Amino acid sequence: MFGRLSWSDIPIHDPIIMGAVGSSTILALVIIGLVSFYKKWGYLWTEWLTTVDHKKIGIMYIILSAVMLLRGFADAVMMRIQQALAAGGNPGYLTAHHFDQVFGAHGTIMIIFVAMPFMFGLMNIVVPLQIGARDVAFPVLNSVSFYLTVAGAGLMMISLGVGEFANTGWYGIAPLFEKAYNPGVGVDYWMWAFQIAGLGSLFGGINFIATILKMRAPGMKLMKMPMFTWTVLTASMIIIVTFPVITGALGLLTLDRYLGMHFFTNTMGGNMMMWNNLFWMWGHPEVYIVVLPAFGIFSEVVATFSSKRLFAYKSLVWATAAITILSCTVWLHHFFTMGNTVNVNAFFGIATMLIAIPTGVKVFDWLFTMYRGRIRFTSPMYWVLGFLTAFTIGGMTGVLLAIPGADYVMHNTVFLVAHYHNTLIPGALFGYFAGFSYWFPKMFGFKLNEKWGKRAFWGWMIGFLVAFMPLYAAGFMGMPRRAATYDNLEWQPLLITAAIGTAIVGLGVVFQVIQVVVSIRERRESRDATGDAWDGRTLEWAIASPPPEYNFAVTPVVSELDAFWEMKEKGTAYKHYPVYADIHMPKKSPLGIIIGGLTLTFGFAMIWYIWWLAIIGFLGIVTALIISGSNDDDGYIIPAAEVKRIEDRRFLLLDSMRLRKEVGEDELKPNKKEKIHEYNYFEQ
Amino acid sequence: MSTTISSSSAAHAIEHGHADHSEIKTFGFWIYLMTDLILFSTFFATFAVLCKNYAGGPGAKELFDVPSVFVETMLLLVSSVTFGFAMIALNKDNKKQMLTFMVITGLLGLGFLGMEVNEFAHMIAEGAGPDRSGFLSAFFTLVGFHGLHVTFGTLWLIVMMIQIVKMGFTTGVKSRLVRLSLFWHFLDIVWVGVFTFVYLLGVI
Repeated sequence: MFGRLSWSDIPIHDPIIMGAVGSSTILALVIIGLVSFYKKWGYLWTEWLTTVDHKKIGIMYIILSAVMLLRGFADAVMMRIQQALAAGGNPGYLTAHHFDQVFGAHGTIMIIFVAMPFMFGLMNIVVPLQIGARDVAFPVLNSVSFYLTVAGAGLMMISLGVGEFANTGWYGIAPLFEKAYNPGVGVDYWMWAFQIAGLGSLFGGINFIATILKMRAPGMKLMKMPMFTWTVLTASMIIIVTFPVITGALGLLTLDRYLGMHFFTNTMGGNMMMWNNLFWMWGHPEVYIVVLPAFGIFSEVVATFSSKRLFAYKSLVWATAAITILSCTVWLHHFFTMGNTVNVNAFFGIATMLIAIPTGVKVFDWLFTMYRGRIRFTSPMYWVLGFLTAFTIGGMTGVLLAIPGADYVMHNTVFLVAHYHNTLIPGALFGYFAGFSYWFPKMFGFKLNEKWGKRAFWGWMIGFLVAFMPLYAAGFMGMPRRAATYDNLEWQPLLITAAIGTAIVGLGVVFQVIQVVVSIRERRESRDATGDAWDGRTLEWAIASPPPEYNFAVTPVVSELDAFWEMKEKGTAYKHYPVYADIHMPKKSPLGIIIGGLTLTFGFAMIWYIWWLAIIGFLGIVTALIISGSNDDDGYIIPAAEVKRIEDRRFLLLDSMRLRKEVGEDELKPNKKEKIHEYNYFEQ
Repeated sequence: MSTTISSSSAAHAIEHGHADHSEIKTFGFWIYLMTDLILFSTFFATFAVLCKNYAGGPGAKELFDVPSVFVETMLLLVSSVTFGFAMIALNKDNKKQMLTFMVITGLLGLGFLGMEVNEFAHMIAEGAGPDRSGFLSAFFTLVGFHGLHVTFGTLWLIVMMIQIVKMGFTTGVKSRLVRLSLFWHFLDIVWVGVFTFVYLLGVI
């Protein structure tokens, strides 16, 4: 009845796991209790869970990412404590088997369930606004993508308390992950969580290409697109080229494990090396998928806070395009030591080094944008400056590792661990943090607290350097990655330093939580009623914050790169039209959450060999798709009068602010009378 | 007021014209097809790597019955032609003709699937199942994955026939039929690749 699932699969005797499970469960119960107490289930269902509004889906993506970041960070803390202790015969506090699961979960979570949802969250919120669109091209598919990611994350969380997680790292080790060597459910959890979330990302990539190529405002030619939209377009292109490869590779592994086939086995004609090729054909481009949109964010932030047009916009576009193509030609540098011929290694080594050129172009473009700009040192700008300094170090160690000869020495040491954390933390995560504080006023209508934002930055920046610089040194001294215990006592001071660094990063994380809480409490004082919180340049700042459901009451016409800046210069911004047209909007749909729930059921049933449940889940998915695919009615109309009412309200607020500015009152602090004009998620 | 209308006229079409949104959907579906093609090429590449890894088991020459696979191929190719006729009937708004050609297409698809299942069953009965060797794993996966596509295509075809009968030629139904026809022809093209690289090259 329950396949291979039994009570003994719940590790009740392990206090560490049970502590984690217990706290997660209590947190979930508290949230459920609060929602029930305030009777918000109906609101939650109609306004959020079934929404197809790209802005709300984006916010939900970011919440998912934040929750998973805490989990992934907890894994990081566990590893750092273990390695700080487990020297010279001390076993530490984790068994090797548990430690193996922790590093696999940490990697999988950070890439698939933190970086990707954070990126998709910002993409969702910003791209339609930057190109003057009502929504993404396929709003229901967008919701399905989100819930597939949630289903994958759900499997990750379930693996914490029911069964175990993979002990084969985040990228899988052939043939160790085969059934013969790993008969348990750990690898299956990793495989299905990864597969399901990956499908969500693939559909997301398709959606954003169609959105950007087909739904731009009139006049917005490709070379007039904001830089962030450009990077989202190129990242989506890498997604559609490479995600099918990982879908295929994980599918082949599934066949190996479930039907006894021989793709990645070391017997019966399988080929273990094929796994490395297939995985990294996705895995390396994936790095650029998460980094390119962050580069787009840096571009927007630098231009806005330097109050200057982006320096050499065209070169940035071409550099982005070059990285897009080169990203798919370097995968083999992940296994220079696998026994390829010298010429093959040389080709991939040179291709890898080539990427430093367009990346360097970008760094100089950002520096020159700042040069002689009137820079405002806000917290998004702090993240950019932190990125520029730290990422350059990571980039240089990357060029070093791209030399096959050097890689033979450094391969699979903690030098490599330091290198990729040094690129991904400043390169991707700092970018998303910058984007989060930059676009937060757009999402919610008030700014984040700057003081706590800057404190959080220093926590992350200093903590990151203290945590990872010692690993470069330990790597040079020969320390292998993924060591649960070690005998060389010379490494221990470095690893203790790294653990201290992680604690400092932890302070940064705490400050971020405080920042959000403080900002929500101070939301009246930090209200941005103009919709243009930072004196922005691109179209998303032209409308109210948070934007009305339909985004733009009248589709803007674009003729310049910085469209909104141009409007402000020409005095055509904030145009109050006397008459509006009806607006056709996509309808709410429960399809996403239904597909997500069924996929979670299907994945769980497959992992535990509960075949009847898997069949029900699968047939449920097919039925849901047929029913939703037989429905022509996909939208509703917001009447012109309603649009006028919403727009009039906004312009009334803008006018009253202008008036008060003229009589000398502080325009940034709307008084209580104006509460009626506020449209806000927190006060609905 | 006049400026409001003129400046939003381009967007106006998107807001109210379903035809425009069908075009975006078709475009999105093309992108999906390309991703599916990359998935197929992953399996083609895997087959190329493993196609000689017999592990002491039977090889391509002993297993493949090319004349029978040729008949199978013709069934699928002809089904593409009949689907083309169905789409011509759609353009003429001829519901009866459309349904007739869709039934023929579906039967040809089922015939193709029947022959494929038969071939698989024979091979498994002879002890040449997918778990026998790396070569057979790659063969069953590539060919079976295509067969799975044809299965879903046939299911989709049936759903669309029901939609035509129940809903008529609405804009939505028409736009879905365009995408189904793209899907069906796409499967044909992939099969040409399978027939060439797996079967013909296998027995040479």
